[in-house]
Amino acid sequence: MPHAAPSTDDITALIETQMHLEGPLLPIFHAIQETYGFVPQEALPVIAQALNLTVAEVHGVMSFYHDFRKTPAGDVVVKICRAEACQSMGANALSAAVLDKLGLDWGGTTADGKLTVEPVYCLGLCACAPAAMVGGKLVARADLARLEKAMEGAA
Amino acid sequence: MKIWVPMDSAAKALGSEDVVAAIRAEAARRGVDVEIARNGSRGMIWLEPLVEVETEAGRIGYGPMNAGDVAAIFDGSPSLGLVEELDWMKRQTRLTFQRCGVTDPLSLAQYEAHGGLAGLRRAIGMSQDAIIDEVKLSGLRGRGGAGFPTGIKWDTVRLAHADRKYIVCNADEGDSGTFADRMIMEGDPFCLIEGMVIAGLGCGAVQGYVYTRSEYPDAVAVMRRAIVLAHEAGVIGPDVMGSGKPFELEVRVGAGAYVCGEETSLLNSLEGKRGVVRAKPPLPALEGAFGKPTVVNNVISLATVPVIFEKGASYYADFGLGRSKGTIPLQIAGNVARGGLFETAFGMPLGEIVTDLAGGTATGRPVKAVQVGGPLGAYLGQEQFDTPFGYEEFGGQDALIGHAGLVVFDDSADMLGMARFAMEFCAVESCGKCTPCRIGAVRGVETLDRIAAGDGAAVELLSDLCETMKDGSLCALGGFTPYPVMSALQLFPEEFAGVKEAAE
Repeated sequence: MPHAAPSTDDITALIETQMHLEGPLLPIFHAIQETYGFVPQEALPVIAQALNLTVAEVHGVMSFYHDFRKTPAGDVVVKICRAEACQSMGANALSAAVLDKLGLDWGGTTADGKLTVEPVYCLGLCACAPAAMVGGKLVARADLARLEKAMEGAA
Repeated sequence: MKIWVPMDSAAKALGSEDVVAAIRAEAARRGVDVEIARNGSRGMIWLEPLVEVETEAGRIGYGPMNAGDVAAIFDGSPSLGLVEELDWMKRQTRLTFQRCGVTDPLSLAQYEAHGGLAGLRRAIGMSQDAIIDEVKLSGLRGRGGAGFPTGIKWDTVRLAHADRKYIVCNADEGDSGTFADRMIMEGDPFCLIEGMVIAGLGCGAVQGYVYTRSEYPDAVAVMRRAIVLAHEAGVIGPDVMGSGKPFELEVRVGAGAYVCGEETSLLNSLEGKRGVVRAKPPLPALEGAFGKPTVVNNVISLATVPVIFEKGASYYADFGLGRSKGTIPLQIAGNVARGGLFETAFGMPLGEIVTDLAGGTATGRPVKAVQVGGPLGAYLGQEQFDTPFGYEEFGGQDALIGHAGLVVFDDSADMLGMARFAMEFCAVESCGKCTPCRIGAVRGVETLDRIAAGDGAAVELLSDLCETMKDGSLCALGGFTPYPVMSALQLFPEEFAGVKEAAE
């Protein structure tokens, strides 16, 4: 995942790919985050300029949504579902075990920058709970061993 | 040899891609020629990955299949039998989900061969009035949870004067315990497309949006591919199936905000704004997306439209109970022996769903409570198990059916903890527009912590707070969070007695 700060031209080029859409701001954020792994804050004035908004408005939209990151995450993002169906099958104990094992709090990244663990509220795998997503790969009926295996596979 | 392996994300999460690789390897080893076809899920999640083999008698099932056990498929080992004849399948009335798990989700030819596009063809020959009358007569009500009559909503949009109107599909299925929208988008995406096109014809809208979740990457990919295929085939585009009428469709992906499942938040998000709730009026039907008249319907509402036009409104309306007409895809989830999707006419008692269909808990312990309708739905106890599954019937229990997800808990569930979670979730996800929700949820967490610490007097405060949130919130997030909290309190008062620690 490239972490180098992008140039204004790079950002402008990405914005251009979405400008034909009605209401292009969320698609623009998604395009930038897909490319860089996060939304570099240098992009906000460029977006504001393109959409004729204030930087404050653009910041306001970005900060409203849980998905958009200001800083890069670890190489692999582990999302563990915290919602009710998963709780009924022991998700609280599972996430506690994962966080404890990695020495992290929710949202934390391991010192080597490899893993970030985040909560997610429902992956739609409620009939085979608890569920998690490890670097884009879904894991159902998750337990510590299966998640560790998935984390090794994704790293 | 033709073998079907689901590409539904629940099947994938349970190892279906490893199974596909193992089948290919085993076939190569044996020198057997296999064709691997992909389908959606039948909804029997406890049998996933459910591999099906085509035989002269029909498709026989093997499941749950492990990559290590694929030899059984080739050896002709005992199977589950014909999948269509399994008890879970036979007992259903599959209308909305008639093709889900049966066909290749991305084959328009198979879609048509199984009844697809028949409804749209019929709708093309009808006037706008007649299309809307058909929906009204079917008795279809919003499957997202609010239960508003779909035909009346469509009529409001049809009658509104504007240069542009929209059909917006609310596919922001964030409720825990629900996955019907995901299954349709991954398993029968053309069905949703067809429903949206019919809505467009009926209301005079030329643009549709499917607003779905970033947590559903598979559904996003399948929907986007299906839209491209539908466009190439002329099902959508400048001239919908030779009708001379245009309809364009686009998928938009949210960004992890639960509140965007509320229709006005969704519209703000679609427009590129913060997903903050709008006060109503104006109704979205008059001033919705980009200020234009807009139908906002749930995936299941729209995906049910094709079958209503295929088989007729009265056929659909003959199923159901009272004012809850037609079928409902129950999503049975959480701590259950048999979890999955079961489409049936309204009216099945809750106890039959939990005990008979789901087979009780996965852990084998007694059922303590069932949360119906997502994180904003009430908990129901065993004494309410005779409640028939319907909008009004659940309303009578101070509960809601919501999007028809049921999450079962065994007797180890900590109900005060679940009530606290409901408040915590509301605090995390509140859009911040109205005070009862934004502040109330935070105070709710604090008050529940006081009760947990032994302050029994705080129970009255909690009840009072819930009243305020219920009456004073702008939308269902703040307004319905009291349902799980108060139902947990009423069903299990001893857990809120404030003497919990002393008792333990």
